[in-house]
Amino acid sequence: MKSSTLRQLAPVSAFYVLVLATPTLLSYDYYYLSILTMAGIIAIIVMGLNLLLGFAGQISLGHAALFGISAYTTAVMTATYGFPLAVGMLSGVGLTAVVALVVGMPVLKLKGYYLAMATLGFGLIVYIFFNEAIALTGGPSGFVGIPQLHFGGFTFDSELSYFFLVWTTVTVVLLISLNLIHSRIGRALMALHASDKAAQSMGINVARYKLFIFVLSAIFAGIAGVLYAHYLSFVAPSSFGFHFSVQLITMVVLGGMASLWGGIAGTVFLTAMPEFLRAYENMEVIIYGLILILCMMYLPQGMAGGVSKLVALVRRRLGRA
Amino acid sequence: MDLGTFLQFLAAGLTVGSTYGLAALGFTIIFNTTGIINFAQGEFVMLGGLLAVVFMHWLDPGLPAAVFLAVLTTTLVGLVMERLTIRPVQHTSVINLIIVTIGVSITIRGLMMLLWGKDTYVLPAFSGTTPIPILGATIAPQSFWILGITLLVLAGMRYFFSRTIFGRAMLACSFEPKAARLMGISVERMVMASFMLSAFVGAVGGAILTPLTMTSYDVGVLLGLKGFAACILGGLGNPFGAAAGGLLLGVLEAFGAGLISSAYKDAIAFVVILAILLWRPSGLFGAPDTERV
Repeated sequence: MKSSTLRQLAPVSAFYVLVLATPTLLSYDYYYLSILTMAGIIAIIVMGLNLLLGFAGQISLGHAALFGISAYTTAVMTATYGFPLAVGMLSGVGLTAVVALVVGMPVLKLKGYYLAMATLGFGLIVYIFFNEAIALTGGPSGFVGIPQLHFGGFTFDSELSYFFLVWTTVTVVLLISLNLIHSRIGRALMALHASDKAAQSMGINVARYKLFIFVLSAIFAGIAGVLYAHYLSFVAPSSFGFHFSVQLITMVVLGGMASLWGGIAGTVFLTAMPEFLRAYENMEVIIYGLILILCMMYLPQGMAGGVSKLVALVRRRLGRA
Repeated sequence: MDLGTFLQFLAAGLTVGSTYGLAALGFTIIFNTTGIINFAQGEFVMLGGLLAVVFMHWLDPGLPAAVFLAVLTTTLVGLVMERLTIRPVQHTSVINLIIVTIGVSITIRGLMMLLWGKDTYVLPAFSGTTPIPILGATIAPQSFWILGITLLVLAGMRYFFSRTIFGRAMLACSFEPKAARLMGISVERMVMASFMLSAFVGAVGGAILTPLTMTSYDVGVLLGLKGFAACILGGLGNPFGAAAGGLLLGVLEAFGAGLISSAYKDAIAFVVILAILLWRPSGLFGAPDTERV
């Protein structure tokens, strides 16, 4: 295949057909569609985090904060100051990217535990800011009255319209990400995951690639943030705390680090699970904790790794028979 | 600022800083024997305080016994954590170890939330609440308990690591596990002991602070992060430097809250820590370490 063509077009197209068919398959049940819309928004962040964590091997416990910065920015720009939607959304994503750039430049020099703690500290500072800057953010009780999206004459006012908007975005982000990891950049990222020093000595500019992927994952979180704010028309600090950062990590880990498809599956599974488990609310934290521990012990490649192992096993059995 | 106010801030800082210091000590004990940063360290601190409250309500054995039981139970939690979650994955990558210890951390937190709910609990002070006036400042009696017990624990650790055969064996593992093994030291046992010891000092820190600050299932994240921040200030490889870092962080926070803004008290601490981390990644008092390829 020529390097200029889009790769992975066939599976992604098949995926999009499934997306288009989903409302019919669910017989337009708006309850299920709303769950999937929320899962799609989170899946956009998870794909970015997967590029960072699964492919480049750099952990971030601050992605909930990046998501929140974007959501609050578009909320304040459009609802408080009355800017047009496009300006609000662009400044949401833009500010998130700038914050990631400014924070990432020094912080990404740190490794392993130090990087984890530094991003955790960053996330907490932003979280404290959301709570304390009451004049700007509305404080702990949240920010209400964020306008609905509209482009030209079309207003996104139904569950169905947001479902298609979100999952079309998911598909585009997926296509971009898949092409990225099959490119020179993707190979560089996997090289620096294996060894910083070895990658450096092969002529890979490690610092620049780390920063690039960190900012890209922040942009994905930013896109998710503006969709989230305008979809719910309400944001509160509690959605952007440490717990959500851990949930994002859990989705990457359960789906499979370094598997974008697995990440989407993990996100949908974990977002939908509470709706099907009664008394789940109190168990949620424990379930996330156990998933993290058990995956690392028995399924370090997550569901994606588990499925491919299973397929290999079945093939071997069939081959022997 | 007059002397009274200054002393007031200083006492408040040293009091909270003691718990940060004990949490930091816990981080360094595990780090020195295993090279792991335990993200569940804050939960040990939370367990020390919350379990003391629980034992008070549940068995009503009197305050000293409740605190003792809480510390003992937390020490056992450290043991169980090491056996069930760390030993099976000890040779995996740093990222995986971070994820496992985060998993343990939120499992413990979730379990406590499930059992005792989201309420905030208080523990009675060890010897009344009548403040003691000193040079224009008024200081809670609990502050003296906290400082005294912290110094006692630090002295005990000092003795343990320098004078007892077990402590010296743990120290040997931190220098060179292979050589320690050749000398007949069971590295597995030392790793297990380091988790228990770390849980022990964390729980003591949590139990003595709770009468002043109250507690709930979710205080662990912030306490753990501040304990780690203290390690960064004092140097990760040096237990007593880390404990000193805790006191320094506590004082820094108290003056920040008093002079700048109490709402952003926690943020001030982290901004300073991030700055130090970026400027000197091995801490203020730590020697810069070199990495093997």
